[in-house]
Amino acid sequence: MTIPELKPLLHVCDLKVSYGGIHALKGINFHIAPGELIALIGSNGAGKTTTLKAIAGLIPWSAGKIHYRDMSLQHVAAHQLIREGLALVPEGRGVFAQLTVEENLRMGAYSRSDKSTIANDLQDIYGLFPRLAERHMQLAGTLSGGEQQMMALARALMSRPKLLMLDEPSMGLAPQMIAKVFETIRNISTQGVSILLVEQNARLALEVAQRGYVMERGLITISDNAANLLDSDVVRRAYLGD
Amino acid sequence: MIRPWLGIVIIAIVLMILPFFTDALFGRGWVRIIDFAMLYIMLALGLNIVVGYAGLLDLGYIAFFAVGAYCYALLNSPQLGLHLPFWIVLPLGALLACIFGVLLGAPTLRLRGDYLAIVTLGFGEIIRIFLNNLNAPINITNGPQGISMIDPIHIGEISLNKTYEIFGLVFSPVHLHYYLFLGFTLLVIVISLRLQDSRIGRAWVALREDEIAAKAMGISAAKIKLLAFAMGATFGGLAGGLFAGFQGFVSPESFSLTESITVLCMVVLGGMGNIRGVLLGGMLLVALPEALRHGSGPAQQLLFGKTLVDPESLRMLLFGLTLIIVMLWKPAGLWPSNQRKSELTANTGTIARAQQDS
Repeated sequence: MTIPELKPLLHVCDLKVSYGGIHALKGINFHIAPGELIALIGSNGAGKTTTLKAIAGLIPWSAGKIHYRDMSLQHVAAHQLIREGLALVPEGRGVFAQLTVEENLRMGAYSRSDKSTIANDLQDIYGLFPRLAERHMQLAGTLSGGEQQMMALARALMSRPKLLMLDEPSMGLAPQMIAKVFETIRNISTQGVSILLVEQNARLALEVAQRGYVMERGLITISDNAANLLDSDVVRRAYLGD
Repeated sequence: MIRPWLGIVIIAIVLMILPFFTDALFGRGWVRIIDFAMLYIMLALGLNIVVGYAGLLDLGYIAFFAVGAYCYALLNSPQLGLHLPFWIVLPLGALLACIFGVLLGAPTLRLRGDYLAIVTLGFGEIIRIFLNNLNAPINITNGPQGISMIDPIHIGEISLNKTYEIFGLVFSPVHLHYYLFLGFTLLVIVISLRLQDSRIGRAWVALREDEIAAKAMGISAAKIKLLAFAMGATFGGLAGGLFAGFQGFVSPESFSLTESITVLCMVVLGGMGNIRGVLLGGMLLVALPEALRHGSGPAQQLLFGKTLVDPESLRMLLFGLTLIIVMLWKPAGLWPSNQRKSELTANTGTIARAQQDS
């Protein structure tokens, strides 16, 4: 194992997860330094979502360690993580369709109790996402897929995260919308939020990321700078469709 | 700002004179039916918190009604020789129901949908069977005979079981209970409304819509679900206490599965999650069977010259048929909360257009 230069924000060490008899994760190692944007790419069933779910406390893991800011996540419940600055945008966006856009955004600040700063943050978010400001009274279920993804991102930002975990943000979106979503992800990253981006769309993910990990059948097989991965023959052939 | 107040004043006046109006027009029996309707509305609003807000299908809800009713009956009858004041017994019954709500909720937190329904159904039956059998070796509930001679409700010097005459107006027991129940029903409505628009209310919706996302927002699923069970059960227990005091008699028969289903029907028929819908559902499902009971006999006489089908069995048949028709015609309930959706999208539409114009 290479020791990262910066003290990592998140450190995953020999993580194993099994569903019944199936070993979904067979011992993976990776880390994220503060401010980094990391892409976790790989084909369907490689274990990308399982990795996120394990970090987010949504599934138990059988062996290994997850350290977040010097704290073991072994016994931390899913709902406690957001208070520690760890936010998840789940696969399929997870919008609360029957709540309005604004109620959804306020839900993002559910774990916070600083009312006045929440109101300020909400205005900042509306500045960043004018489309959401226009539709703040609309039920979230009536938004388009792209708008919903934007709202899910905005909602996660309302918790003032240190580490943002995104599960397939491009899923089910039109190409134009995908470009907008990734533009937003890049913006969030430049504001100093660390991001763990799980994507099937490897090219897009590697274009915004600094480093990338390639997953295959429950293992991380390649780890390198994003630029190197984009140039690598193996990655190009397997995941970039060249 | 005059019109909303006018509306409230008119509704208040209607509610105040309703029992006298009903008494004069349809007879005292119907005032009694309205009293029962309010008990059912309280139950339906309680269940609405569990099913409508939190999305947890509870088929044994009547158990909490039973807990409240038996608590009141045991502490206010010759059964145990206790005669405690109304304002102590009623909250105690509600609290006990609340505890039972948590007891039921805790082991079912991981269950969803059909599985939760089966467990809650079982819980409802367990309570009923316990009440049925707790007469031996020590007689606590008096078994299937039930507890009778329950003290009528006393509020200060006023006994709700006596007839009073004020300024020539005759307040019979059903009238007095009407005003008491009205007060509690309004209280339950206000709490329901406040809950709906609260942080907890939104947490329930979030949890119902997407549990993973809700957890990611920092919502403790366990705590919030238990809160729904506890709140719903409290309302059930409250209604139960009032029922026992009103009826003067409780027996396990009153708390069968059919009752749970009836209350659930009120919630579903009216429109899950919408308070106005639930009120409508409650009123309809109490009034409809009664109207059919009273109306189907004479109607048959008129049509065929004799009573072909026993009104009692025809009542249930027509009742079932009505439910099916309504559900086919309006699957989301008579007054669904989705109405909000169309209102809101219509509004945003106009705003968007206005912005384009400017």
